[in-house]
Amino acid sequence: MAENGGGGGCCPPMDLMRSEPMQLVQLIVPMESAHLTVSYLGDLGLVQFKDLNSEKSPFQRTYAAQIKRCGEMARKIRFFKDQMSKAGVLPKEMLGKENDIDLDDVEVKLGELEAELVEINANNDKLQRSYNELMEYKLVLEKAGEFFSSAHRSATAQQRETESPRASEDLLESPLLQEEKSIDASKQVKLGFLTGLVPREKSMVFERILFRATRGNVYVRQTVVEETVIDPNSGEKAEKNVFVVFYSGERAKSKILKICEAFGANRYPFSEDLRKQAQMITEVSGRLTELKTTIDAGLGHRNILLQTIGDKFELWSLKVRKEKAIYHTLNMLSLDVTKKCLVAEGWSPVFASKEIQKALERAAVDSNSQVGSIFQILRTKELPPTYFRTNKFTSAIQEIVDAYGVAKYQEANPGVFTIVTFPFLFAVMFGDWGHGICLLLATMYLIVREKKLASQKLGDIMEMAFGGRYVIMMMSLFSIYTGLIYNEFFSIPYPLFAPSAYDCRDASCSEATTIGLIKVRDTYPFGLDPVWHGTRSELPFLNSLKMKMSILLGVSQMNLGIIMSYFNARFFKSSVNVWFQFIPQMIFLNSLFGYLSVLIIIKWCTGSQADLYHVMIYMFLSPTDELGENQLFPHQKTVQLVLLFLALVSVPCMLLPKPFILKKQHEARHQGQSYAPLEETDESLHVETSGGSHGHEEFEFSEIFVHQLIHTIEFVLGAVSNTASYLRLWALSLAHSELSSVFYEKVLLLAWGYNNWLILIVGIIVFVFATVGVLLVMETLSAFLHALRLHWVEFQNKFYEGDGYKFAPFSFILTASEDE
Amino acid sequence: MYGFEALTFNIHGGYLEAIVRGHRAGLLTTADYNNLCQCENLDDIKMHLSATKYGSYLQNEPSPLHTTTIVEKCTLKLVDDYKHMLCQATEPMSTFLEYIRYGHMIDNVVLIVTGTLHERDVQELIEKCHPLGMFDSIATLAVAQNMRELYRLVLVDTPLAPYFSECLTSEDLDDMNIEIMRNTLYKAYLEDFYKFCQKLGGATAEIMSDLLAFEADRRAVNITINSIGTELTREDRKKLYSNFGFLYPYGHEELAICEDIDQVRGVMEKYPPYQAIFSKMSYGESQMLDKAFYEEEVRRLCLAFEQQFHYAVFFAYMRLREQEIRNLMWISECVAQNQKSRIHDSVVYMF
Repeated sequence: MAENGGGGGCCPPMDLMRSEPMQLVQLIVPMESAHLTVSYLGDLGLVQFKDLNSEKSPFQRTYAAQIKRCGEMARKIRFFKDQMSKAGVLPKEMLGKENDIDLDDVEVKLGELEAELVEINANNDKLQRSYNELMEYKLVLEKAGEFFSSAHRSATAQQRETESPRASEDLLESPLLQEEKSIDASKQVKLGFLTGLVPREKSMVFERILFRATRGNVYVRQTVVEETVIDPNSGEKAEKNVFVVFYSGERAKSKILKICEAFGANRYPFSEDLRKQAQMITEVSGRLTELKTTIDAGLGHRNILLQTIGDKFELWSLKVRKEKAIYHTLNMLSLDVTKKCLVAEGWSPVFASKEIQKALERAAVDSNSQVGSIFQILRTKELPPTYFRTNKFTSAIQEIVDAYGVAKYQEANPGVFTIVTFPFLFAVMFGDWGHGICLLLATMYLIVREKKLASQKLGDIMEMAFGGRYVIMMMSLFSIYTGLIYNEFFSIPYPLFAPSAYDCRDASCSEATTIGLIKVRDTYPFGLDPVWHGTRSELPFLNSLKMKMSILLGVSQMNLGIIMSYFNARFFKSSVNVWFQFIPQMIFLNSLFGYLSVLIIIKWCTGSQADLYHVMIYMFLSPTDELGENQLFPHQKTVQLVLLFLALVSVPCMLLPKPFILKKQHEARHQGQSYAPLEETDESLHVETSGGSHGHEEFEFSEIFVHQLIHTIEFVLGAVSNTASYLRLWALSLAHSELSSVFYEKVLLLAWGYNNWLILIVGIIVFVFATVGVLLVMETLSAFLHALRLHWVEFQNKFYEGDGYKFAPFSFILTASEDE
Repeated sequence: MYGFEALTFNIHGGYLEAIVRGHRAGLLTTADYNNLCQCENLDDIKMHLSATKYGSYLQNEPSPLHTTTIVEKCTLKLVDDYKHMLCQATEPMSTFLEYIRYGHMIDNVVLIVTGTLHERDVQELIEKCHPLGMFDSIATLAVAQNMRELYRLVLVDTPLAPYFSECLTSEDLDDMNIEIMRNTLYKAYLEDFYKFCQKLGGATAEIMSDLLAFEADRRAVNITINSIGTELTREDRKKLYSNFGFLYPYGHEELAICEDIDQVRGVMEKYPPYQAIFSKMSYGESQMLDKAFYEEEVRRLCLAFEQQFHYAVFFAYMRLREQEIRNLMWISECVAQNQKSRIHDSVVYMF
């Protein structure tokens, strides 16, 4: 299969089984066509460039200047994006192709637009600033005017009752003014005052500092401005207070001015004269409306500009990102000594050679280059990257495998089998066709609206569910299947295929017992007979069934894993691994647990009462004892002795020969090298290159031996523990069915029993939420994780090395989708 | 308490310690500095920094860059880191973090007061202030005429208030006074910080007392060198030394009477931690002293990261970042003024 895989032959090629054959290619590209070449290769997306300048820092590379240019353009584009999102302008869908536009044009255009936008913004800011100032001024006029007029009223009221005792001193209404009025007019000192706005959160400190600085010889009044005010300096919304400060003396004034400045309090002139005030207010209002129209016109102009930017925005942004990616790639190429051409090295799949050559030719023609590019394949000992051609269905499964480790180059890919085994093992733990249908509906929604959802930005969890939609679909289909076998539908028994085969012998037999049931029809055709449901012996029966089934599934999957190791050994032509790894492992596993599986099947077929625990345990403890009533087939004792012997023998077979053979092989190779006659040089070179990378490696026998020892111990112990680990299939499936029956019986049926519609509705709601939250979400997650573990650990440790690295081609499709 | 931090430290401090160690991993390495030294212009520096943690802070700067922009953006990153940590911190770590910024507050107060004295614009001065040392009414400092007013008007509301107890005079402010005020404040601050760390106990106290003692000694040496040849009397000079550190108390007695740099050297060479610093310098030279001290400080700060479950890592990280910003400023200045040969004069490598 492995050999035939690539070349057709008896079976069709199996792309997913092994990595695409890869090659290290060298491209020698003339300077003038380099840019176009890389651009075409990026469209192709099948070459992974190697960084040949890794020792150079980013700004010492050939195209550092161009990258800087692109960075600058990207900055402008970010600036536009920011401005557009602030103005609420959405970029239009892409029109035309970005190949048609020239980068230099874009740069000039971007520069012009930025300058224009900045200028408009500056003008607008200026206008907005004066507008805001006027707004503040207006507020000051209103609020302070109110204050002055109220103070005036109370002062005149005060004067009218001068004779009355000074009880009104308690009145908080402007004590200073009141005093001023009551004092003899000749002694009146002219008080100065300042008005303005101060940010509310600073108002307390402001007042305090004013008080301290003037030693209390100041009177401050503040009024809260209810609506938020836009601060002219910062342009941000702020809550502010209008203040009026009364002071006496020039020194106090200069201090207050300084403090105002320090607190960012904007001062505005204010006149005591009421007439002047009214005049000011009308003047300010007039100017406000004037400014408003100007600002609106400016904004309209700006919006038009942004709209024109928005038309081309996506196009430019894509172009700039592409150019940046191209120059980054060009920087990875090394400059030829003559400085006339660039040398690129990179990995590409073998099948892509033609396409790459075609792209090179096309680039040479399109750029009017006098010489074409040279494409040649290099021989290398480096391990190539692993590349599987996946589609939207297989990619999610491949992701699951890759999350454990990317396959070594051309190693057998467990992903092939995982496509089926993963959803199947999941479904064994999640067997309920009702839940399966719910899951299927949910995932079908994702699949049907695939195109729309793929272009959207989804949340973290949604993204994950969307990425794995086909896996989830498989999982739900399989769980419908296993659910039918388990005969579970929200834990309600459903005689779906035929009526139950059993019925009561007479009217007295109760439902909850199997005693008294007689077989009246043919055996239930598919899955579990619904009559088991709710009987007293339901659990013992299901446990026994599911436990045995788990062991059968586990043993077969582990066998599959070992067989995969055989394919690997065949593929890499290592007969040592076949004889001293694959065969003893097969013998060991199957003589113990394979035998157990056979016993299980025999027991099922014959209906024997034999105790399998007993058989297995005493097979080790006293293999020579008679089996007695536990005998399942004739000559069982002899068979067991032989199997035990085989298992014991296979352990040293796994451990000892391989290191010694490797040592011998190494010595033979070493000798051949040191004494090779001159004429054989070619051949030895050939052997070396084909022999892989370990030709030059130091051979450390003790290390190899210890490694083999660990491997053997791991396998022998693992055979037991991994088989036990598959019992999780049973445990989770049990937990799932028990949980769903609890929700059904203790919630839904209980609520039904009250005969009260209110309780029934509450019960249904609780049932729905419990089913969705616990069974559909949490149980799915836990079954998923357990299935994942069974694949990663129990299955893949039999053969999978997973120490390769992924093929990461230079492709514009990836550049376009990645976010800035 | 010592030895048991491991039990309880992570309840409140674990997350932040992880954060700060992550930040520390983002500090520029010698390889980065080597690359930076090869830059031809400021755009190259920006390009190199875009691959570091500063990337997102510099990416939106339009192209003709200035040194000040680079420094400003790098400082912004430090401030953001600090604010994030402060938000997450609980007592007593939040107090510890607050202490870190008092030093900047003192510097800012002095900056504003000196600036006003020389009749600079307040707004311009405020832009020059270190953002970590800002407080609400900082601009009001310009109103004050003398120390007492300064205190009564503004500083009484700030955490610096207690440090003023020693320098309340009614003399008018002048350069000399301000410098004395700065050092008195610093002395009080360091002593207070030292006491606070001792109160915290454990590894924090151990490591911080070492770091603070070094800081105090460095200040003592600087005060001595700067006051040689001024009218500051010996007693006044001695009053400015912090009352702890490796030099306290006998070293202070000797430093107080030093009359030239070689005498300082004689005093310092008696103390093993400083012997190495001074032995590197030739006689009569004091320019290289700053760099030598910085290098020693960086070495000690890096050592703070060797131990776990203590607060000194926060102090160390902030200081290292500040040093890094100083380095970047120097490199950018050198690159901008085409003095690349002088880059190595003042850059302190960390790792």
